[in-house]
Amino acid sequence: MGGVRLLLLYDILRWEEKSFIDTARKLGVDIIPLHVPTVFGKVGDKSLTGVGEVDVALQRSVSFYNSLESTILMESYGINVMNKSYTIMTCQDKLWTTSLLVRNGVPTPDTYVTFNHDTVYRIVGNGLRYPFVVKPIHGSWGKLLALVDDEEDLRTVVEHRSFMHNPMYSVYYVQELVRKPGRDIRVFTVGEEVPVAIYRYSDHWITNTARGGKAVPAQIDPELEDLALRAAKAVGGDFLGIDVFEHPEKGYVVDEVNAVTEFRNTVAVTGYDLTRKVLEHLISVARE
Amino acid sequence: MKTQVGVQAMMAKCPVCGGEVNVPDDALPGELVEHECGITLEVVVDGDLVGLKPLEGVREDWGE
Repeated sequence: MGGVRLLLLYDILRWEEKSFIDTARKLGVDIIPLHVPTVFGKVGDKSLTGVGEVDVALQRSVSFYNSLESTILMESYGINVMNKSYTIMTCQDKLWTTSLLVRNGVPTPDTYVTFNHDTVYRIVGNGLRYPFVVKPIHGSWGKLLALVDDEEDLRTVVEHRSFMHNPMYSVYYVQELVRKPGRDIRVFTVGEEVPVAIYRYSDHWITNTARGGKAVPAQIDPELEDLALRAAKAVGGDFLGIDVFEHPEKGYVVDEVNAVTEFRNTVAVTGYDLTRKVLEHLISVARE
Repeated sequence: MKTQVGVQAMMAKCPVCGGEVNVPDDALPGELVEHECGITLEVVVDGDLVGLKPLEGVREDWGE
């Protein structure tokens, strides 16, 4: 696998980034870590960045803005970054993701949107019923999700949001509460393959492992594989973490798609070498 | 707290408790170092200077 020059864009060296560096070196890949917070450069001219000739790049910045903007900068140099800026942007915006999934026939939880604190009350009774979940348009790790059981809960959420200065919080992304069987599924796609998945078990309705959800190896049946690949195609992604719910009436539904995904817990419980899988895919992309 | 790279370069001081911190000699900027005082430190590199700062955490993120 020698001869390939891989640029690793990162801001914090988590387990995943160190794993990419260590595994790439074992595979004989020339990996060049680039610390995004200290990068400066001119758009379209990479000489200032210190980035030499590279065949392909892997985006691993934790920060959404660092990941998106550094990808755009690298793309201005003609560098093929995985995932590309379009995918990072669409996956960051939950409404954009849901819109693309629905337009491409991928089932999702029923999702409603409104753009004003007062208007959110009008959704209730017009298709949406309690209980439901109010989510921020941006963000992950299950942060700032609100479970709304009744009108009093909704009033509390609306009042808190109305005092938040970020205009993002006047956009209401509201989803039916899916009665999950105590778990959800994190499915990983690499290129056109679905190599590994985990269940995330939790007694809480938020099942992210970052919030204490317990990871357990999951079976990938043909339906789940097909769903994950169609979701990946909808957002144009190459390496993704796709969150799937088992809906009691609808079967599998895609909740979210993550474009710079963590996977250390997945490797820990499955033993699957996802790092190597991603690197092998990157190498094949570089050689196309 | 920044230290000139050299023979002693990888021994730095914790900016929180002042204790000594062993920084791996192949540390990269953004690398995390757990210190015995309980703080997580981030390696910062400025030219040939290597330093440590408390990890501030990330406010916008991707998760598992």
